[in-house]
Amino acid sequence: METHQDYTGSKIGMWLFLLSEIILFGGLFLLYSSYRYKNPLDFHLAAWELNRALGTINTMILITSSLFMALSIFFIQKGDRRSSALFLFATILLGILFLGIKYVEWTAKIEHGLYPNSPRLLGRGKGEVLFYGLYYSMTGLHGLHVLVGLFVLSGMLILMMKGKINENRFVPLENSGLYWHLVDIIWIFLFPLFYLIT
Amino acid sequence: MKDRDERFHRVTHQTYILVWLGLVILTGITVSMAGMSLGRSSIVIVLAIAAIKSGLVLSYFMHLKYEKGLFFKLMIPIVLAVLTIFIGLTFTDVAFR
Repeated sequence: METHQDYTGSKIGMWLFLLSEIILFGGLFLLYSSYRYKNPLDFHLAAWELNRALGTINTMILITSSLFMALSIFFIQKGDRRSSALFLFATILLGILFLGIKYVEWTAKIEHGLYPNSPRLLGRGKGEVLFYGLYYSMTGLHGLHVLVGLFVLSGMLILMMKGKINENRFVPLENSGLYWHLVDIIWIFLFPLFYLIT
Repeated sequence: MKDRDERFHRVTHQTYILVWLGLVILTGITVSMAGMSLGRSSIVIVLAIAAIKSGLVLSYFMHLKYEKGLFFKLMIPIVLAVLTIFIGLTFTDVAFR
């Protein structure tokens, strides 16, 4: 039985949502760049303190998870459900790993007394307070997106196991993949802006 | 069925792996560049690499290169134009205060 699917329509709908996400993060990037412009030295000092190794590992993790996501869609289109489910599962595991590393990073910073409104941070320059405020809100919002993505992808995995996502109906998986890739793109910009530009 | 195949099977897994390799190499370049002190130009280079990386993700992983239709062709340029206008207008304010 052939059920009606509006393939292009679903994709356009997803992309419209993604464009609104780009504008949402775009506003935060604008805030970052104007504060950075005003406090170049403080931003330099604060960025120096972030753990560059962990940031690099997390970048690699997200890039690889994006590859696995693309491969999962590639295999479902070919009708290989087993490989597709496996790659989707690997994507989810990498997402969890990303959040785990983020957790380690944040706890280390908080233990050092560097969190919004902490006495140690308030004793520093105004620009450093702004940097850490932006660091927590932007990586936090990004982390929230990763968490939502993990729930969506897990839902997709369940649907795939039930056979509701298959070689004839995979638009939901593709759209979830688009979301996951966008979260990756946002990190591609967050990473150099917070960890590398010093 | 043939139509479906033409539509969905254009990207092979080798392409995906090559794109991934490209992303890893570009990440390596940005990270190693941060160690050198290139001054003001480093921010431009780092952002340019980030733009290339997101271009790769958009066109291959997100299949934008293979989408047909005006909407898919125009949306990213339009969003970039909107962001450029926002950033441009804000900086004409911030920079000349």
